[in-house]
Amino acid sequence: MSALFELNPRNAITIGLLVILALIPLYAALTGNTFVMTLFTRVLILAMAAVSLNLIMGYGGMVSFGHAAYLGLGGYAVGILAKEGIGSGFIQWPMAIAVAALFALVVGALSLRTRGVYFIMITLAFAQMVYYVAIGLDRYGGDDGLTIYKRSQFGGFIDLSNKTLFYYLCFALLLASIYLVSRMVNSPFGLAIQGARSNERRMRAIGFPVFRYKLVCFVIAGALCGLAGALLADHTNFISPAMMFWTRSGDLMVMVVLGGLATPFGPLIGTVTYLLLEEALSRVTEYPGLFLGPTLLLVAIYLHGGIAGLFERRAP
Amino acid sequence: MIRPLIAGTAALALVAGPAMVQQASAQQKTIKIGFISTFSGPAAAIGNDMRNSFELGLDHLGRKLGGLPVEVVYEDDEIKPEVGVQKTQKLIESDHVDFIVGYIWSNVLLASLKPVVDSKTMTVVTNAGASQLAGEMCSPYVFSTSWNNDQTPAAIGTYMNQKGVKTAFLMGPNYAAGKDMLNGVQTTFKGQIVGQELTRWPDQLDFSAELSKARAAKPDAIFAFYPGGAGVQFITQYAQSGLKGQIPLYTAFTIDDLSLPRLKDLAVGVPGAQEWVNDLPNDVNKKFVADFKAKYKTTPSFYGAQTYDAVALINSAVTAVKGDLSNKEAMRKEMEKADFKSVRGNFRFGNNHIPIQNFYLQDADKTADGNYALHTVSLIVKDDQDKFHDKCPMK
Amino acid sequence: MLYFIEQLLNGVQLGMLLFLLAAGLTLIFGIMDLVNLAHGSLYMLGAYFAATFAALTGSFVLGAILALAATFVSGVALEVIAIRPLYGRSHLDHVLGTFGLLLFFNELVRLVWGPAGMTLSLPSEMLTAVQIIPGVYYPAYRLVIIAATLAVAALLYILVMRTRLGMLIRAGASNREMVGALGVNIKLLYTLVFGLGAALAGFAGLMQAPILTVQIGMGENILILAFVVIIIGGIGSIRGAFVAAIIVGLIDTIGRAFLPDLLRAVLNTNTALTLAPALSSMSIYMLMAGILVFRPEGLFPAASK
Repeated sequence: MSALFELNPRNAITIGLLVILALIPLYAALTGNTFVMTLFTRVLILAMAAVSLNLIMGYGGMVSFGHAAYLGLGGYAVGILAKEGIGSGFIQWPMAIAVAALFALVVGALSLRTRGVYFIMITLAFAQMVYYVAIGLDRYGGDDGLTIYKRSQFGGFIDLSNKTLFYYLCFALLLASIYLVSRMVNSPFGLAIQGARSNERRMRAIGFPVFRYKLVCFVIAGALCGLAGALLADHTNFISPAMMFWTRSGDLMVMVVLGGLATPFGPLIGTVTYLLLEEALSRVTEYPGLFLGPTLLLVAIYLHGGIAGLFERRAP
Repeated sequence: MIRPLIAGTAALALVAGPAMVQQASAQQKTIKIGFISTFSGPAAAIGNDMRNSFELGLDHLGRKLGGLPVEVVYEDDEIKPEVGVQKTQKLIESDHVDFIVGYIWSNVLLASLKPVVDSKTMTVVTNAGASQLAGEMCSPYVFSTSWNNDQTPAAIGTYMNQKGVKTAFLMGPNYAAGKDMLNGVQTTFKGQIVGQELTRWPDQLDFSAELSKARAAKPDAIFAFYPGGAGVQFITQYAQSGLKGQIPLYTAFTIDDLSLPRLKDLAVGVPGAQEWVNDLPNDVNKKFVADFKAKYKTTPSFYGAQTYDAVALINSAVTAVKGDLSNKEAMRKEMEKADFKSVRGNFRFGNNHIPIQNFYLQDADKTADGNYALHTVSLIVKDDQDKFHDKCPMK
Repeated sequence: MLYFIEQLLNGVQLGMLLFLLAAGLTLIFGIMDLVNLAHGSLYMLGAYFAATFAALTGSFVLGAILALAATFVSGVALEVIAIRPLYGRSHLDHVLGTFGLLLFFNELVRLVWGPAGMTLSLPSEMLTAVQIIPGVYYPAYRLVIIAATLAVAALLYILVMRTRLGMLIRAGASNREMVGALGVNIKLLYTLVFGLGAALAGFAGLMQAPILTVQIGMGENILILAFVVIIIGGIGSIRGAFVAAIIVGLIDTIGRAFLPDLLRAVLNTNTALTLAPALSSMSIYMLMAGILVFRPEGLFPAASK
């Protein structure tokens, strides 16, 4: 964490970004452009999901291709409770976290015994299963999705239908999750996880209960992403199985890698870059994919360590 | 060299974000219309037909609605509810449109209703007929120039009774409209339903399993609803499986002027119900079809006809309020009057803003010049109103 | 019973299409250790090329042959330009890079052919049903698909088992480093394998085009099924891909056909109708998860390490 106080180019960009993000609602109020705030709220929420993925994928080396499932589980927890008449956020959000954590526990227990590409595929399989269950839920819209008429209610504490308040809440939660992940990975527990990423056999030989540590890590990442899913459902007022389709997990992976694996603010940088690039390109050209696609390929080929690594001046 | 380039792009994106400003139009100098339809995939043909009809309608009015110049923003929903709601929000929040027109698919419409109603944006739905919209979710700001999903299949149900059909097998796609259609047939059909199948939508285009089931059930007739490109696949496979000629097929929205050129002979003898056929004998329709053919070299479909009516509807209301779009109450009242000439002849709304109209039986046959065309066979039901209007709280 | 036979054939037919995709994917994964998310794009290109060439030449068969050649060339070009730098990198880099290619190809197709998709019509002789057993009618074209794919599978078998190239492929699938050490032109081998995979994918794309669809993004749904197939079958094993593809095709089809009725006995109609296709899709993933937990190498493992 002491690196945060060095004024190198990467930290400068990070601080600049945080300042811009903090000022977005002010900008929106001054220009009357609410769309910008809607766009950036989405960025903040997905950045939180990317932070949770970075925990297991970047620091832990567990490449999960099914992370979008937790977004969906969190979102559906909120949506289903809302449809059944339970509108209180005090019930909805903890449920979202609990359901996501439970699913992560099951998936992790079964999948963490596998390695490499098999781990990737089995996490994908579980996510697709959840996707198909959601399609089968006729009462909750099935494939057509479900509209959520009221955002989570928190009594008198905070009114989520106020867009500015909601924005700052998401911002606060994002910063909190970055802090949480940062503390985790720098603790003995986290250092063991990172050690396991490079040499698991050695860690186990030293005496660390690697499997248990990885499982805990996996569950925490799932829970965090579940909360992001709840926020997403409240933000868009709409949930659908499409939230969990495998290409969305791919999007999350791209955002994490783009920003820089195993860096605290990498996921945020990656999410902002990816989503803004997408949005900017679609306004500039009729064929955004023609530029976005090769950009991703070039990043994969030339940029080890993503965009955050761009400023490291390390040899490739 | 690459690194700075990518870094530059990233920085540009970071800066460009806040720079994406859309200024709201201060005064009502122009009317901005947001048009949501499908412009990708096989269903793009429908979206293009709707867009062409809308443009033709605007041309006929000199590109002005109520005397004010018009600007149209077209958006593609990709047949996905989650995309539809996002594009709807963009039209409302970023483009600040005065009207929203379109919506082909019932599920996309239902997903997009909340932002439309919350923002009190006047909306004319030119195809989707979700029964919730006709019932408990009706809104003072939403009007339909199409129908409700149960009306057309109910007309076919009536027709099947007339033809003495005793047992039927129903097939449709598993989304809001598909379920509505299958339920709609059962509101009027007096015979027995020996089986029904809902297929995965929109990616399941292989109906062999379901057609086999239909064959095994040995019904007097099969009813099917498969809009757009799926209709072409279904009718083709119906013929391929050898069922054509063995078990008669009745349809709704499966064979239309867009799919007919591809189906050709396969469509002959497969009747369907529709509230508009291209040969309806009124002046407005004759001009519409003739001018459409002259400009676009093809026959318009019912999707287009419904969209063409939306232009006239909006024009009548904007003219009546003398361009004062901010007075939503007055706009609503004028829209409800439906004081315009429709390609369907007479046009009036029920209490739920869904039209009360006739339904005809249509079939295809070969014309003198070797092409295929749809024509009106008979009138099935006159001044039909949907069965959900009682559930709508508006009076 | 007759209905069951029809469904069996449908399952086999779906399985054959999956096999074409999976065969290429498993070779590319097994030999080059490359996770290729752009494989579905080659499937899409095959269909688009076929639709275009068939319209130009007026013949379905001629269009198909030209499309196969074009897809092979596209695959080779893609490998040389974009795929080569990814060899030896982490799977994550593969995912990122080939995901970018997937986006690129979707957009490229939209640029060249427009957003509306295309149609590929069958010659009218094929628009009939054949009575294979008294009382059981089966569409002629679907029999053609099964027959053609079996022919391709046989050719593939001969290639892999009886030719020098095939020997190199088998060797590369079981021990990559050794093949390089033996002085074989690895670069050329990789390019040929990738091209072969592309041609197989393109063949699958154009074969399904007349009955299903030719549209942007059409590879995304089936690509994931192909990955499931190669995991179940065993990475690097064509035999495994064949068996697994048939299994997956059968589960999906039989499930879709019989599950609704089974469920309807227990649940109400609307719920059963919506739940059944979901369950049958889920069962494929449950099978894969089971294999990964109990026998991760797959049914017919190719790697000897």
